[in-house]
Amino acid sequence: MQELGKAEYSSVRVTPQGENRVIIEKDISSEEMILNMGPQHPSTHGVLRLECKTDGEVVIEAEPYLGYLHRCFEKHAEMVDYPGIVPFVDRMDYLASMNNDFAFCIAVEKLLDIEIPRRVEFIRVIVSEFNRIASHLVAIGTYAIDLGAFTPFLFCFRDREHILNLLEWASGARMLYNYILIGGVAHDFPQGFKQRASEFVKYFRPKAVELQRLLTENEIFVKRTKGVGMMPADVAVNYGWSGPMLRGSGVEWDLRRDDPYSIYPELDFKVCVPDGKFSDIGDSLSRHVVRALEMEESLKIIEQCLEMMPEEEGFDPRAAIPKRIRPKAGEVYGRAENPRGELGFYIQSDGKSTKPLRCKARSSCFVNLSAMKELSRGQLIPDLVAIIGSIDIVLGEVDR
Amino acid sequence: MEDTQENKPQSAEVIAAKAAWQIIREKFGDAVSELDENAFMPFFEVLKTERWREIALFMRDDARLRFNYMACLSGVDYPEEEKLGIVCNLESLGEHGHKIAVKVKCCRDKGIIPSVMKVWKTADWHEREAFDMYGMRFGGHDDLRRILCPEDWEGYPLRKDYQVQETYHGIKVPD
Amino acid sequence: MSNGALLPNSFSLVMSTSLNAWSDALSELHLFGIPLGLIVIAAIPLVFIALYALTYGVYGERKISAFMQDRLGPMEVGKWGILQTLADILKLLQKEDIVNKSADKFLFVIGPGVLFVGSFLAFAVLPFGPAFIGADLNVGLFYAIGIVALEVVGILAAGWGSNNKWALYGAIRSVAQIVSYEIPAAIAILCGAMMAGTLSMQQFNLLQQGEYGFLHFFLFQNPIAWLPFIIYFIASLAETNRAPFDIPEAESELVAGYFTEYTGMKFAVIFLAEYASMFMVSAIISIVFLGGWNSPLPNIGSLLLNDWTTGPVWGAFWIVMKGFFFIFIQMWLRWTLPRLRVDQLMHLCWKVLTPFAFVAFVLTAVWEIYVK
Repeated sequence: MQELGKAEYSSVRVTPQGENRVIIEKDISSEEMILNMGPQHPSTHGVLRLECKTDGEVVIEAEPYLGYLHRCFEKHAEMVDYPGIVPFVDRMDYLASMNNDFAFCIAVEKLLDIEIPRRVEFIRVIVSEFNRIASHLVAIGTYAIDLGAFTPFLFCFRDREHILNLLEWASGARMLYNYILIGGVAHDFPQGFKQRASEFVKYFRPKAVELQRLLTENEIFVKRTKGVGMMPADVAVNYGWSGPMLRGSGVEWDLRRDDPYSIYPELDFKVCVPDGKFSDIGDSLSRHVVRALEMEESLKIIEQCLEMMPEEEGFDPRAAIPKRIRPKAGEVYGRAENPRGELGFYIQSDGKSTKPLRCKARSSCFVNLSAMKELSRGQLIPDLVAIIGSIDIVLGEVDR
Repeated sequence: MEDTQENKPQSAEVIAAKAAWQIIREKFGDAVSELDENAFMPFFEVLKTERWREIALFMRDDARLRFNYMACLSGVDYPEEEKLGIVCNLESLGEHGHKIAVKVKCCRDKGIIPSVMKVWKTADWHEREAFDMYGMRFGGHDDLRRILCPEDWEGYPLRKDYQVQETYHGIKVPD
Repeated sequence: MSNGALLPNSFSLVMSTSLNAWSDALSELHLFGIPLGLIVIAAIPLVFIALYALTYGVYGERKISAFMQDRLGPMEVGKWGILQTLADILKLLQKEDIVNKSADKFLFVIGPGVLFVGSFLAFAVLPFGPAFIGADLNVGLFYAIGIVALEVVGILAAGWGSNNKWALYGAIRSVAQIVSYEIPAAIAILCGAMMAGTLSMQQFNLLQQGEYGFLHFFLFQNPIAWLPFIIYFIASLAETNRAPFDIPEAESELVAGYFTEYTGMKFAVIFLAEYASMFMVSAIISIVFLGGWNSPLPNIGSLLLNDWTTGPVWGAFWIVMKGFFFIFIQMWLRWTLPRLRVDQLMHLCWKVLTPFAFVAFVLTAVWEIYVK
C-alpha cells in the first residue's frame, strides 16, 4: 500500500486517470448546464439523485443526493426489541438479506456473549454465501445493462432465480428472509437441501464461465470500463471503502479472513484482488472482475460447508436462542463481510431494556457512494453511468 | 473474533488497543481519558473536544498507530449528561491491524465537534448523517447539510427528546 | 424504361417481358380520372413496412431476443403470443397523446412525422422485385442514401422540441453520429457503384444476375468487395441507431434519448420509422453487394435451381429475405454487445472506418480499371 501524504489534513487526492480516459486537448468548454440524473433514472439503481454540472458530454461535477428511500431504520431499531429488529435489517440491503441478518446477529451475539451451535454456523455460512452469489449476479447483470448489454442481465437473473428458490425452500421467503435469528436460525435445512445445493453448484460453474465469456471478455465492455473511475488504494482506504470496491483497488482485505467470524477460519478460500494484467488496478473493470471471481470463491465455500456440516438427527436450530434478549450494559461494533462490503452495527445497550439504546448501521453502500463526487469529476456522462454501476449501490442500504 | 471471545480478562484485541492508546496518551496527556478495557469494544474518550482533529491526524499519520481506516462514525445522544457525542471505530487496515474506538462529546445545545472529514474522507457523509440525526455541529466541515432527511425537516429525529411533528407540508403525520 | 436489352433470355415474367412491368402497368391505371395506380404503388411499401414492422420487427425481435436470452418472450396474447403486437398497438392507441407544456409544439409534432417520411421516402427507389419498383431513378442509390439523412432533421426536431435535457442530448448525439457515419457508408456504397457503373437500383440487380447464382453477386466478383461490405454494414448500424451504436437512445444513460417525451402513437411512429430504416439499409446492402432480388441458388448441371427460383414473386421473396437476414444480424448484435461510448463511436468512424473506406475505394478503382 502506498503511503498517505503527510500534508495538513487533505493529504489525499483522487487521480481519476486511466489509459482509456478521454483527453480533451483543446479547451472547447462552452456553457454549463445542470442536469438532474434521477431519482427516476434507469441507471441510478433506485432512487439516487445526481445533480450533474455538465458541459456538453463532460460532467464537471456530480453531487449525490440521498434520502429518497430513508425509512428511519435507526429510529425503528430503538423502538422494537432485538429479535424484532431482524426483519428491518432484512430490508436494508434487500439483495443480500441473509448477509444483513448475519451481520446484525453477530453484533448482538457478541454483546450477549453466547455460544452458537456448530451446525447453525454452517447453515448461516451456506445461506449467506448463496445470497452473496445472488447479490453479485444482480450487480454484474445490472452493470451489464448499464453498459447496454441486455442479455447478460437476463442470464444473471435466470441463475439467481435458482438461488432464490433454494433460499425460499429453506426459509419460506424469496428475498426478505428473517431466517438468521439471534442465537440460531429459524429452521433447519429441509430434507434434500444438501443435494439440491450441490446440484446448483455443479450447474452454476459452467454458467459463470459463459457469463465471463459473454461479458467480461467482451472487447466493448473492456473498452467501456478499463481505466474508468480509477481509485488508488490509499484513497480507497481513506474513503472507508470495503468489500469488492476496496479489493478492486488492490487491497487484500476481506473481513471473512482478516476479522474472522463464524466458521470462516476453518474454510479454504481466496481473497480476490485484480492482478493488473487484465484491468488497471482500481478501475471499474477491476471491481467487476473481483465480483466475478468472488462468485467462484463462494461456490468453493459452499461446497466445503456442505461437506463439513455436521449431521444431527432432530436438530433444533432454535435451541440456543435466549428466551429473553436483554444484553448487559455495553457497546459493541459487530461487522461482517457483505457482498457490498463491510456491514457493521454499532449497538449500545443500557442493560435494563430489551431494546437497544442506539443501533447504528454502518452501511457499505453509503460509504462507498461517498466517493462518487470525486470519482465523477471530469468524466463523460456514459462513464458516470459506468462508475455508478461499478459501485453497485443498493439504495435500501444507502438510505436505510 | 466474536465467537471465540471467551471471558478471559484480556484478549489480543484489547492488548493491541491498549498499546495504541498508550502512544496517544503519551502525546496528548490529559486530552484523552483512560482506556475502557471492555472485551467488546475498547474505547477512550477525547476529553478536550477541540483537540479531536489534532488527535485524529496523529492517529492516522503516526507510524506506530496508522489508523488509516474509519470503519464507522455513529452519533450518540447522552441525555443524562446533557451531551451529544460521536463514536468512531478506527482501524489500522493492512498495516498494524489494531482497532480502537474513540468517543467525542459536545454540549447538547449548539455543541461543536471538530470535523475530521479532511483526515478521513469517509467522515464527510458520516458527519453529515450525525448532524442530520442529532444536530451537533462539526466545525470545519465544508458542506454540513442534512443528508437523509429532507432539507426542511424540523428537529433531529434520533435525539431521545425528539417530538414527532404533527404535520409535514400539510400532510398529517400518522401516529 | 427499356432495359430489355440487358435481360437474359431465360428471364421469365408472369405478366410481361419488360422490366418493372407490374409497376408500370399499375401506374397507368386511372379510375374516374384519379391516378389510383400511383396511389397503390405508393401504398404498397407502406403496407409492407407496417406489416413487417408489426410481425418481424416487433414480434420477431421479441421472440429472437427471448430465444437468445433463454426465456420464452410473449406467450399470453394468442397462441405463442402472436397477437402481442396487436395488443401493443391497441395499448398505444388508447394512450393519452401528451405534449408537454413547455415543449415546442410545432417541432414536437413534426419530428416523428419527418422521421417517418424520411425513412419511408427511400422505399420509392427500392426494387421489390424484377417487376416492381416505385421509381426507377437513374440516381436511385444516391437518392436513397441522401433521403435517409432527412431523418436527422426529424430527430433533431423531436429532441429539441421536447424541451428535455435528455432528449436534447439524444438528438445531438444522434445527429453527430448519423452525419459522421454517412461518410464511410457513402464511400463504401460508392465502391459498389463503381463495380456496377450505375446508380440505378434496378440496374444493380440486373448486373448481378446469372446462372451461377451467388457467384455473380458483387461481393464475390471482386476480392476486396468484402471490405466496403463490412464497412457499410457497421456504418448502417450506426445510421439506424442500433446496438452497439445505440447511444442516441441509450436507455441507461439518456433514459430514452430523443423520444423520451413521446407517448402513444407518436412513439409508435418513431418506432415504425426505426424498423423501416432498418429494413431500408438492409435492403440497400443486399442490393449493392448481394444481388438484390436475384436468387442466390446456382444452376448445377441439369438442376436448374437458379431458373426455378427466379421471377417477380421469387424476386420479392429474395430481397425481403435478404433484408430480413441482415435485420436478424442487427438484432443478434443488439442482444449480444454492450454499447460504445460516445467518443469511441466517433473514433471508430473517423479513425477506422473512414480511412478503410478510402482504401477500399482506391483498391476497387484499381481492380475495376486495371485488373478486370
